[in-house]
Amino acid sequence: MSINRRQFLRLAGVSTVLGVGGASVLSALTGKGEAVSQTTPHFTTDPRAITGKRWGFAIDVRKLKTDEDYQKCISACHDIHNVPDFGNPKDSVKWIWKDTYEHTFPTVTEDEIMNKELKEKPFILFCNHCAQPACVRVCPTKATYKRKDGIVMQDMHRCIGCRFCMAACPFGARSFNYRDPRGKDANGRPFIRKENKEFPTRMIGVVEKCTLCYERLAVGLLPACAEASNGAIVFGDLEDPNSEVRKVIDANYTIRRKPELGTQPSLYYVIGGRE
Amino acid sequence: MLEKALIGSKRYWLWIGALLAVIGIAFIQYLHQFSYGLGITGLSRDVSWGLYIGQFTFLVGVAASAVMLVIPYYLHDFKKFGKIVILGEFLAVSAVTMCVLFIFVDMGQPMRIMNVVLHPTPNSIMFWDFIVLTGYLVLNIVIGWTTLGADRKGVHPPQWVKPLIYLSVPWAVSIHTVTAFLYAGIPGRHFWLTAIMAARFLASAFAGGPALLIILSLLVRKLTKFDPGYEPIQALGKIVTYAMFANVFFLGLEFFTAFYSNIPGHMAPIEYLYTGFEGHGKLVSIMWTSSILAVLSLTLLVFPALRRNENILAVACVSMFVSLWIDKGFGLIVGGFVPNMFEGVTEYWPTVPETMITIGVWAIGFLVLTVLYKVAVAVREEGGYHD
Repeated sequence: MSINRRQFLRLAGVSTVLGVGGASVLSALTGKGEAVSQTTPHFTTDPRAITGKRWGFAIDVRKLKTDEDYQKCISACHDIHNVPDFGNPKDSVKWIWKDTYEHTFPTVTEDEIMNKELKEKPFILFCNHCAQPACVRVCPTKATYKRKDGIVMQDMHRCIGCRFCMAACPFGARSFNYRDPRGKDANGRPFIRKENKEFPTRMIGVVEKCTLCYERLAVGLLPACAEASNGAIVFGDLEDPNSEVRKVIDANYTIRRKPELGTQPSLYYVIGGRE
Repeated sequence: MLEKALIGSKRYWLWIGALLAVIGIAFIQYLHQFSYGLGITGLSRDVSWGLYIGQFTFLVGVAASAVMLVIPYYLHDFKKFGKIVILGEFLAVSAVTMCVLFIFVDMGQPMRIMNVVLHPTPNSIMFWDFIVLTGYLVLNIVIGWTTLGADRKGVHPPQWVKPLIYLSVPWAVSIHTVTAFLYAGIPGRHFWLTAIMAARFLASAFAGGPALLIILSLLVRKLTKFDPGYEPIQALGKIVTYAMFANVFFLGLEFFTAFYSNIPGHMAPIEYLYTGFEGHGKLVSIMWTSSILAVLSLTLLVFPALRRNENILAVACVSMFVSLWIDKGFGLIVGGFVPNMFEGVTEYWPTVPETMITIGVWAIGFLVLTVLYKVAVAVREEGGYHD
């Protein structure tokens, strides 16, 4: 058997990372040389996967007419991502939510005589997946990091729960698990009402947020909120001038939240233009 | 030398026992927090740091203040600090120990703390804070222990400790600067986004830390046979006075910029702290308490005739310490989170378990301090001090 210590360690490490476990390492070692090469890691992208250079959204809330329309987008996300409901605002965890224009754009609404209808118009908010994210800059463990396609990711297994990212995010996009999301309330009702076994639940004491449906993009599905939005949330590659999201931005007047802070948000809100 | 901490009077052991009892109660509370989660505290999605991080920030200042003894003694040969410089160094050890513990109890996943080392991230200020605080702790233990050991034998400290002492001066400045950078580099938190934050931190540290040291020196004189001396305490009193004036001046600069510019985002947190904001004002009374105590302490300190009376000096130092503790250990953190990122208000107030855990960490700090001071005082009582 021609395998030295170093090869063994590498093999064992890789197997563990892949979750293959000890059994296959053993079989690889006791088997022929071919068995070793078979367990060498190789990653293939699903041919259905959607890829891009910088994901972004154009959000036209004029197309969200009723409260139900908003709720559909929110539930679509929260249900598949096992977002817990702790039943109080203090501990609340949310990936996508609705708030007024005034709260969404606080720096541009210091205006007493502005259009009241617009001022109180509900908007839909989630992580801006900024091009220059403050949260990534401050994280002491790289638990939050930026992917090549622009997604600001969150590794809930590495997060130490220091909440520096929550202090740094100017958009309030991050939530902390102040309680165990896998637990139950005093009446025995689970915080995750109906668990989606396809997506991991989180543990107590870590920060979480919208991860731009990376798991759906990987198999060729659109982000859940966009899919449920009836065309109000348009998703696409901001760096592709022919993408649908760019066409919406080109044809309409759009604004972003707190652009003066230089984080370069990737969410564009349609305020005026063609409907 | 540590064996000296094992011999003490009945009063000494009663004090140690009381501290251990407090630590025990707090530890049970911490176990509760560990299983239930940080939901046990008053923290929320909007105010995600509170009392724990406030204590951490405040105590980094106390730790840094040892430099106010080290500079005069080692750089300017101000001999009068010779007897008490060790008290400053050991206070720093105790303060940094508390800092580390406050970070630990604030973490959602404390068992993963080594991730900071396993995945070093130089772009994170918290990574650097971890480095400078650990370094400062080691520096002060090594310097304090070595110089005291030499004193005990009646010899000069070894030569190799000198460079470490010089290094500890900029290092002390670095711990508080880096800690200020945790806040001062965050976009969107108007209260923290100020270039003068590090300067404010240093000024308040050099006021609050030596003020505590004066109180401790007076206690040491009262409780032991070791007298730190009248003059060193008076010299510290002058340092405290200057530093506190600088601190109040810097705070005034913040007020000017916020209110003369009339920018709503800059004014809002200050309004929340001192007058209430949109009907919310949980912190108004304690912030004014802080201001009144600051004025009181400065009034007592600025007149030399008053300051020379050690009883008045003690009152001034206690007032100042409490004032700074409220301002930096509480108001500064909460003010960064109110109003929140949507210009809404979620208020914060610590819960009972949170307060008890906080008191417990302070008790651990006092335990470390008591043991170290016991050793230092025992060496001094033996007469083991030579210029």
